[in-house]
Amino acid sequence: MTVFGVRLPGMSSLILWGLLWELVGRSGFSFFVPPLSEVVTTLFAVIGTPAFLNALGQTAYAFFMGVLAAIVIGIPVGIMMGKNRLLDELLLPWVNIFLSAPLTALVPVLMVLFGFGMRAIIITTTLFAIWIIILNARAGVMQINRSLIDMARSFGATPLDAFFKVYCWAALPEILGGVRIGIIRAVKGVIIGQLLISIVGFGALFELYSNNFMMGHFWAVLIVLFAMAFTISELLAHLERRVSYYAAKR
Amino acid sequence: MPSAINRSLALKLLSIFIVFGAWEIAGHIPVSYAFPTFLDSMQALGRMAMDGTLFVAYGETLRPLVVGVAISAVLGIALGLWIGLSSWFDWLVSPIFIVMQAAPLAALIPLLVMVYGIGLTSKVFVVCIMAMPVIVLNTAGAVRNTPSSIIEMGRSFLGTRPDIILRIIIPSASPIIFSGLRLGVSAGFIGAILAELKITPTGVGDIITYSRSIADYPSMYAAIFSIILLAVLFLNLLELIEANLFEGNNRGYASD
Amino acid sequence: MAMPQTDENVVQAFEAKPENAVSARNITKTYDKVEALRDLSLDFPKGQLTSLLGPSGCGKTTLLKIIAGLLEPTSGEVEVNGHKVTGPGPDRAFVFQDFALLPWASVLRNVAFGLELRRVAKSEREGIAEKYIRDVGLSGFEKNFPHELSGGMRQRVGLARALAVDSDVLLMDEPFSAVDEQTRRKFQEDLLGLIQHENKTFIFVTHSIEEAVYVSDQVAILLPRPSRVSEIIRPSSFRNKGVSNIRRDPEYLDIVDRIWASLRSYVE
Repeated sequence: MTVFGVRLPGMSSLILWGLLWELVGRSGFSFFVPPLSEVVTTLFAVIGTPAFLNALGQTAYAFFMGVLAAIVIGIPVGIMMGKNRLLDELLLPWVNIFLSAPLTALVPVLMVLFGFGMRAIIITTTLFAIWIIILNARAGVMQINRSLIDMARSFGATPLDAFFKVYCWAALPEILGGVRIGIIRAVKGVIIGQLLISIVGFGALFELYSNNFMMGHFWAVLIVLFAMAFTISELLAHLERRVSYYAAKR
Repeated sequence: MPSAINRSLALKLLSIFIVFGAWEIAGHIPVSYAFPTFLDSMQALGRMAMDGTLFVAYGETLRPLVVGVAISAVLGIALGLWIGLSSWFDWLVSPIFIVMQAAPLAALIPLLVMVYGIGLTSKVFVVCIMAMPVIVLNTAGAVRNTPSSIIEMGRSFLGTRPDIILRIIIPSASPIIFSGLRLGVSAGFIGAILAELKITPTGVGDIITYSRSIADYPSMYAAIFSIILLAVLFLNLLELIEANLFEGNNRGYASD
Repeated sequence: MAMPQTDENVVQAFEAKPENAVSARNITKTYDKVEALRDLSLDFPKGQLTSLLGPSGCGKTTLLKIIAGLLEPTSGEVEVNGHKVTGPGPDRAFVFQDFALLPWASVLRNVAFGLELRRVAKSEREGIAEKYIRDVGLSGFEKNFPHELSGGMRQRVGLARALAVDSDVLLMDEPFSAVDEQTRRKFQEDLLGLIQHENKTFIFVTHSIEEAVYVSDQVAILLPRPSRVSEIIRPSSFRNKGVSNIRRDPEYLDIVDRIWASLRSYVE
């Protein structure tokens, strides 16, 4: 978008929306929409409180453990599926099913199996992230140029060498793409888990604020959460672009 | 290659057998007091289907889903087309959907409940906020990525702007718009179930919550199994329709 | 090619000073300070084929798109049959390098698409399209879709679409560059037939020296950075010797050599 020959940066219209929010808030249109300035003031007040830091810490812990599990299990499974046809045919239908299935429905099962706590949330997070990571790692291995593998073999690479020096690198752009989407899904998963289990982290915080009609607090936490999610996704997209510079040239 | 098809079918059956078999065995050990066997769960499913509770429940569950997806589809495609065709509208509106796409929108549910109560409206809203971003962004991206050569072709053969939009850009974008709709439905399922579990237990969410509270685990597992099965079958059906409807639409650009 | 030989000679003698169908005057085109074309002037005689030949980056496609009205020149103007070009018009039809077929439309609809955009009634435009589908040798493929055709057949669809709107000027942007060598030769032969049959003016962009010399009445050699016409060559003697003899003709070989000599220093 250019105005009078000046290119407006991509996300700059959010400032306009922020202004609109402020105006709507000040007009007293709805009790549920306090002015943005009030929300921001609350945000700075809330951000240092033990309640907030506690929620953030718990969420971050569940998130990192969940993502870590998804990556550590997902990538090797995906690579093995890409290399072994039998394994691929046995697992692929299930991976595809869980990729599109409404995993929210499984949360009650996780709750009764693993208790109303951190463990169930971590597993929810993993379940949200892992399938796309598997699928992309598999796709990455499968698209490796045949002649690249022949090259490695003709120059006498051992299978182990070929795996670490060729497969991993050649599949890297796809693997990272999968990890990026997986992490974005994990953010949603961790919040859904917390909302349904709702005695830990932001889930508990949202419950508290909404039961007491603390609108400023509610919006403030929401903004922090959305901003963090967006930052994570942009950061990963940026990293992916830097690493997969060679993906287009194969 | 009929033998290849047979092999793949046999492996699929084998894989289903292994997983359900493992479920059955795990239920017999049992790994947890809350882990019924596969056969018990299927029995519960059969019982609920026979006495009709399952169908009543689905009637309840699918209503916000259908209404929400319909609203998201109409509004989302319209917004997406506008974003794709107009650079100022793109600048103004797409950041909101980009943020929505990355953000855990489920966190809005407590707010929606406060504003709209615990009725159908809130549930429809949950489905909409889950389904809308992917529909909007897919549509806009598809419109933006229309191959420039066929647009130039339309111009050089004297197509007017409405002609080019209706006869070139929209048909060319429709496969990606459709797959956006499919992803929207998939997200809508998540939203509908989340709404029933979080807001008020109705429909399938009620079966899940109620049978958990009375420790009738086979029924709980059966309900979860059925909703996942339904979602997967429906999404596969959409994928099948997609493949048939747009057969060759994505090929044929290549200049080989 | 049913036209009697004598008539043709008469026509050629008559057109000693041919009338121009298209003339480009002082065309300059700059993209963000990069000069693609500078002060380029070139005439395209009526009823003849003019090739724009040059190394990549010499602006030949840019010039063609300016003539088509798809791009606007920074300065200068193009006239087609005495009228200034302000945008695409019914007097010109374009054949695209990547065919630009609608993948969701049958061959018949693709060929009739130009007429569809001109609001010609369905039965009428399909009748016209069928004729041109026959002319380019695709009878029987009317109901097929582009992805079911080979590259060469796809370009025949593109050609039929351009012929169907019956424009005076046919603009061809490297039309044969995406088809294999044998198909390409057949296309070139068919093109010569087409030039004689249809009383149209052809403007033909190519990067193949042999192709340009083979099909052209006039070859304009463009040199890059900034683009200018360095030379205009008019093969004279081999045009009427029959399609199969051209490639052995001494003049043909001479011209090919001469062009290569002037272009070789621009190949990196």
